[in-house]
Amino acid sequence: MAPASLRDEFPLLAATPQLHYLDSAATSQMHRLALDAVVRHETTRRANVSRGTYRLAEAADLAYEQARQTAARFLNASSADEVVFTSGATASLNLVAHSFGGTLKAGDRVVISVAEHHSNFVPWQMLRERTGIELVLIPVTAAGQLDLTSLPELIDSRCRLVAVTQCSNVTGAWTDVATLVAAARKVGAKVLLDGAQGAQHGPQDVRALGIDFYAFSGHKCFGPGGVGVLWGRGELLAAMPPFLTGGGMIGEVTAEATTWAAPPQRFEAGTPPIAQAVGLAAALEWMMSLDWPQNHAREARLCERLIEGLQRVPGLRLLGPGGGTASPRRAPIVSFEIAGLHPHDICQVLDAHQLALRGGHHCAQPLLAALGAEVCTRASIALYNDEADIEALLDGLGFVLRELA
Amino acid sequence: MNDANSLYQDAIKQFAQAAHGHGQLAAATGEAKLDNPLCGDRVRMQVAVASGHIDAIAHETKGCLLCRAAASAIGARAVGQDEAAIESVATALENMLKNGAPVPADWPELSMFEPARAYPSRHRCVLLPFRALLAALTKSSRYSGAVTNPSDYF
Repeated sequence: MAPASLRDEFPLLAATPQLHYLDSAATSQMHRLALDAVVRHETTRRANVSRGTYRLAEAADLAYEQARQTAARFLNASSADEVVFTSGATASLNLVAHSFGGTLKAGDRVVISVAEHHSNFVPWQMLRERTGIELVLIPVTAAGQLDLTSLPELIDSRCRLVAVTQCSNVTGAWTDVATLVAAARKVGAKVLLDGAQGAQHGPQDVRALGIDFYAFSGHKCFGPGGVGVLWGRGELLAAMPPFLTGGGMIGEVTAEATTWAAPPQRFEAGTPPIAQAVGLAAALEWMMSLDWPQNHAREARLCERLIEGLQRVPGLRLLGPGGGTASPRRAPIVSFEIAGLHPHDICQVLDAHQLALRGGHHCAQPLLAALGAEVCTRASIALYNDEADIEALLDGLGFVLRELA
Repeated sequence: MNDANSLYQDAIKQFAQAAHGHGQLAAATGEAKLDNPLCGDRVRMQVAVASGHIDAIAHETKGCLLCRAAASAIGARAVGQDEAAIESVATALENMLKNGAPVPADWPELSMFEPARAYPSRHRCVLLPFRALLAALTKSSRYSGAVTNPSDYF
């Protein structure tokens, strides 16, 4: 069982002991420390940043920049100046597609994968329309993992960027980042990792990963909504034009022309999500205090038990790799179809049994098409889940079959 | 059997299972395909309109039980009705779901969706086939003659 105190650290879960929350791949619950940090900031340090000289504004500045340093430590970035606060992973990915993408020209190649969330798919299609880049897709295996056997043909001398998910939001499959980075380095291409799912499962080491950009969201990492991070190598950010423009991101504006501020401010036009960044930093500090090998082992046990139980459900087809400990290259995100039943109906019945799961295409329609599905039901496990949640889901599916048959 | 508050009334399951009107028309005068991007529900609705009234109707529906039951209800009752009547029932159904208005008098079977009032995210599942039907009727009135190449309209 998860320590009762862990569930109690999340105000919503503490207030609803009957709830089995299994939708953390969409939004994780918010840790009390993050919530407290937001409230403390808004009630004691609320002011705009990078503008005022009064003491309250100085306090807000300090808190915001400390949050940036915390995010840099979470990612093991070499400098906090490499951390850009955005509104979320989607905004981070769009930023790269516009700013880094704006440096590409017709015929340059961007490699993504079939497994991408639409957030890392559509921006590149739009870039293709704007600039004429060539967009090519890494296929997936029948188990939903990136099929890297064709990398030499895909990542060739025309390739400027490889932009892929760190972990599928549908199948839970982790990407073999090392192989991709090696292939990209051979041809001088950059690597962007969409960490929207990966960051929830522990602190990252962007330098060890050998990548160039990393994007993640606060609301999936036990923090507030409305804040995310783009990490980029300093020299790359410095060479990129801004995405959004406005206050706070300029060097000088004259009637004739404008110069840009240095990163990260260049990419933070307007008032940033200040309190949200402070709350996110509290969540990341909490995550960095945890024993992650132990957490991963526990998540894998729960995942394995879930998969084992699901495999006994009549008419159920799993999408993605196998079980927890048997297949370490998967996060505790498990999607499935049940013959003849629509995920919305499945989730509706489960909701009546206090189970919160997501049904639909999960903003990953190309992946689902590749896996021979249109929609599916997804259970995603986070630190606060325990055996009771898994057993409740397996029992709940029995109710589903009885009610919808 | 189930209680009156259950979303999944037997009537819904029966209508969905029956799939009244499922299929394609050889000579439609109007056709529309609508999606629900939230869940991937998809309805392709075809109508053949003659003298201002629906002479034949067919649909292909991929979706949840609510969406399929609504499409099936249309397949069972829409023939013989005109665009104004369909618009009226669609508006009444939306009011029933969102504002607690009575069940549309001429379509009493739509009472099967009354429990869905409590689930706003599912209203669009019920309404999608009606919206597809209205779009098909609009296209039918805009274009004269049978649809020979449905892709012209998408």
